[in-house]
Amino acid sequence: MTAGENLTIAVPRGALMGETLDLLERLDVDVAEVRSNERKLLFAESRIVTMRPSDVPTYVERGAADIGITGKDVLLEQSEREVYELLDLGYGRCRMIVAAREGDDAMGESLRRLGTVRVATKYPRVAAAHFGATGRQAEIVEVKGSVELAPLTGLADAIVDLTATGRTLDENRLEEREEIVVCTARLIANPVVHKLKAAALDSLVERMREATCA
Amino acid sequence: MISPTPPGTRDVLPDEMRELRFITDRLRAVFEAAGYGEVSTPTMEYEDVLVRGDDRAAGAGYRVFDDQGRVLVLRSDMTIPIARLAASRYGDAPAPIRLSYFAHSYRAVERGRGQAREFLQAGIELIGRPAPEGDAEVIATVLDALEAAGLRRHRIGLGDGSLYRTLLASLDVPLEERMPLLEALSRRDLVGLESRVRGLDLSERACELLTRLPTLRGGPEILDRADGPVAAALDDLRACHELLVERGVADRVILDLGLVRELGYYTGAVFEVYDPAVGFAIGGGGRYDDLLGRFGRALPACGLALDVQRVHVAGAEEERLDDGR
Repeated sequence: MTAGENLTIAVPRGALMGETLDLLERLDVDVAEVRSNERKLLFAESRIVTMRPSDVPTYVERGAADIGITGKDVLLEQSEREVYELLDLGYGRCRMIVAAREGDDAMGESLRRLGTVRVATKYPRVAAAHFGATGRQAEIVEVKGSVELAPLTGLADAIVDLTATGRTLDENRLEEREEIVVCTARLIANPVVHKLKAAALDSLVERMREATCA
Repeated sequence: MISPTPPGTRDVLPDEMRELRFITDRLRAVFEAAGYGEVSTPTMEYEDVLVRGDDRAAGAGYRVFDDQGRVLVLRSDMTIPIARLAASRYGDAPAPIRLSYFAHSYRAVERGRGQAREFLQAGIELIGRPAPEGDAEVIATVLDALEAAGLRRHRIGLGDGSLYRTLLASLDVPLEERMPLLEALSRRDLVGLESRVRGLDLSERACELLTRLPTLRGGPEILDRADGPVAAALDDLRACHELLVERGVADRVILDLGLVRELGYYTGAVFEVYDPAVGFAIGGGGRYDDLLGRFGRALPACGLALDVQRVHVAGAEEERLDDGR
């Protein structure tokens, strides 16, 4: 069984995948094959496609998937995507934060003496918006891998990153300085699908709403 | 040697050109038969002329100074130039005035999104025919034209651009809260919309209206599920829908109370054109009853523009779906 009459769903691999599949299972979608097959990406029977979370808005915006599930962090960073954000699914809860090295105030020092703070992040747009909104000039350095390395090596004074437990920060002797926003998993839909498959989509949203509240 | 063209622009070679020409020829024939004479306007307009039509010059992205130091803009849509043309060249012609165009417009693009900076629009403007008759005529004409151009699955969404504004005003939502709610709606962020609405000090019924109205879309039955302070706007939509039934095209029209279009000059009905074979809108438009008055001839008007490139893609995808069966 699929998520809804003719609806193809983009499922994020990684941290959100387990709970996403649990949710779909509660809606009687057959996800056994997805669970048992690490390498396969497209499951025609259950109309599921799997991908990295940051690709979900791309596939949904272009209609290659009708609906998708991804983190609010991804949606904030790709805010220009033309997709409907339909439902806060509640799981995958983590926080977007500013963190810096323990024990000193590199960020304040840079601001005071150099007029700008250097921030390393995988979320350049979220970071730029946050520092802009708080009236601080910032030089945003985009990195692809472990952001925690940046303040330790002197690449940056601070980082903007997601944290769930704070353990990675602790282990790298970084501490949280500011919370930017709380992020959870969201259900998104292609704008044309939202109009042309309205009944199927609304009934799925209703069932998901019930399944996530319960 | 390969010399590039600017991002978002492209060359068209004969095979593609033949197919594009087929589409525009078919569209033009239907527009002409319905009485919409084709016009052409300059690619560049004075900025202050476009700003008279829309505060942001309809989102124009490219400006240059001319030799007199005046600011020229590459037009970003055809509606304001045609409003200017109609008011200037048809100062005392009897209404309605029916005009069509096939013209390139220009918009700024975001990097890496494959958006077109230069795009070909095919559209009609119906000047001097008020709602609902004018709206129904434009919708029916465009539906016919798309069918002539080879599409079989196309639909038009019909909403009211002032609906949500009216609702916010009549529920006495504080002024400073209205803009963020409208922005959430135009970003299609229904989660953000709902959480903002819940954060306001409003009755349960008001919250329900504010969060549910934008999700109502479908056949005429949705008009019965929405009531309250927007009854007048709903009556207009109902009247338009009845005219579409008479014209025999109502099954291709989706009533959509959540439809918003970004341009500031829309005053009533708004349209968006879809094809299920592609995930993006292939055209759009609406009613702009105040626009011509700003150029000196107050007439109600509405129009709809198709993105020819996107219509072409939709046609090709429809063919692929049909072959797949």
